[in-house]
Amino acid sequence: MVDMSVSIGKLTLQNPVMPGSGTFAEGMAKVIDLNRLGAIVTKTITSDLREGNTPPRVAELRNSTLFSIGIPSKGPEHYLEELVPFYRNYTPPLVASISANTVEEFGELAARLSVPGVAAIEANISCPNLKKDGQAFGMDPQATEAVIKAMKRNTDLQVWAKLSPNVGSIAVIARAAEQGGADALVSSNAILAMAIDIESHQPKVANLMGGITGSATKPILLRMAYQAAQAVSIPVIGCGGIATAEDAIEYLLAGCTAVQVGTANFISTSAMPRVIDDLQAYCVRRGITRIRDLIGAMKVHEAKLLEARAGL
Amino acid sequence: MTNSVPIPLQPAPSTAASSCGGHCADFTIAENLCQVLSNEWVNAEYKHLVLKAPPIALAVLPGQFFHLNCPPSGNDVPYLRRPMSLYRVSPQDCTIEFLYKVQGAGTRGLATLEPGATLDAFGPVGQGFTLPPQARHVLVLARGVGLATMAPLAQHAVQRGARVTAILSARSPALVMSEQYLRSVGADVIVVHDQDGSSDIAHIEKLVRERHAQLPFDLLTTCGSNRFLLALQRLGQELDVPAQVALEQLMGCALGMCFACVRPFRKSPGSETMSYRRVCWDGPVFDAQETVTW
Repeated sequence: MVDMSVSIGKLTLQNPVMPGSGTFAEGMAKVIDLNRLGAIVTKTITSDLREGNTPPRVAELRNSTLFSIGIPSKGPEHYLEELVPFYRNYTPPLVASISANTVEEFGELAARLSVPGVAAIEANISCPNLKKDGQAFGMDPQATEAVIKAMKRNTDLQVWAKLSPNVGSIAVIARAAEQGGADALVSSNAILAMAIDIESHQPKVANLMGGITGSATKPILLRMAYQAAQAVSIPVIGCGGIATAEDAIEYLLAGCTAVQVGTANFISTSAMPRVIDDLQAYCVRRGITRIRDLIGAMKVHEAKLLEARAGL
Repeated sequence: MTNSVPIPLQPAPSTAASSCGGHCADFTIAENLCQVLSNEWVNAEYKHLVLKAPPIALAVLPGQFFHLNCPPSGNDVPYLRRPMSLYRVSPQDCTIEFLYKVQGAGTRGLATLEPGATLDAFGPVGQGFTLPPQARHVLVLARGVGLATMAPLAQHAVQRGARVTAILSARSPALVMSEQYLRSVGADVIVVHDQDGSSDIAHIEKLVRERHAQLPFDLLTTCGSNRFLLALQRLGQELDVPAQVALEQLMGCALGMCFACVRPFRKSPGSETMSYRRVCWDGPVFDAQETVTW
């Protein structure tokens, strides 16, 4: 029997597998048993109602996709009246993802969503900061820290910071989020990318740029999750190109406490249950009794001087 | 639309195949592992795929679709699934069928499937056609591959006791598909084509008015093109008959999760207020008067 549970602060998850924000919705309950998941993370909402970006919003790339959805949002009222009651029918902790135009709005929305049935709030800080010329909060350590602080002041729930990979040093942003009081980091959101149709000469998504997601992005985002985990002492939840248990194990070994499965949910609704089953099978095969023993268990190659080899 | 009811083709299956800890009855969508029975060319561009399918797939309703895990072929490696509307379901034979034009990475992969192969068909998904209760006369207007989307509706409307007038449009008479199939399920089929100009939209509208004068339509349906959508909007208003259109769109998930397949719609018929709706989850069948051209 393998102990599959992991802990994010005082929150214990029955297993380390949850959906990435924006890759999961109520419809999944018609296909899989949601009670098998470690947690449920919902699509980002904002205080205001938003329609999202102009279509086309998706292009297919090699082993990846380019998504430019924007943040279509039905607002907090819909979230509290429809989604929270819906997910209360299921046992996994509910994580609400939020975004906002200003630091203050992040705080206000966190307060609004602090209701029974919500276990944690994930800050999607990959969105533009309207008070800083639209630069994303997550690209700026001061803004990152300010957002998390504002949320922590306004809620007793856990606050997770979902980092943007579109930065020079993710360690700097990771430390800023920790400094702000984040209970965990999610590393990370999608990598900014673009694609052009050579027949129409138009960008493949109407917004010109979007986020590349899917299997092809895993080596880059695994590296960033590792760097984030190295930089902080709070738990890091790995996210980026995870489709199989093997992918998830890499993230755990790199220092992640849990993982989010994203685009793989679009390709196969059984991706998350399969990752959970196969993680367990891996542990059994390797004689691992507690999955948390895999967290950060990567063994680095010993640095051997070339000269020292002469003596071998 | 408020007087309408969803169309049950057959009762939903009472249990799912997989073990699901008492939640089985909730699972109405699945990754159905289907066996290819045949996959033949019907003309130079189209193939007809017949699959042996498990019970959840057989509960598909007219206008619903499946999201197919298309195999790689040559240099094509489809990453996302491909939406495909149902052409025919036969619960007795445990089969679902698709009619598709071989034109992209996904359908080129589908075209390689040989009998005996396995295809993962996710579904059934989407909101299908809504037949008014006691419907007596239904119009089905389709061109090319659009016919596939409409065939299950025609079959079901006939089974429910309605007369179905199907206007099939094509470039040439030789490219009109499934005329025989629609006749065999009991539809009155009118073939129009470009060679003799009978597919001209004014002519089609005239045909609809004539048929309506003989026996008033309760529902007008079409799919695919702007031209047919506009025609049904005009006819629907003029004749005061509800009109529904089945749409296609590139999709990410087909389960209402990713919001990639949205298109603009009016909040209500005639409204200037627009909003995006998901073709996969809110559709693919929509009220034609709320749908806008693209």
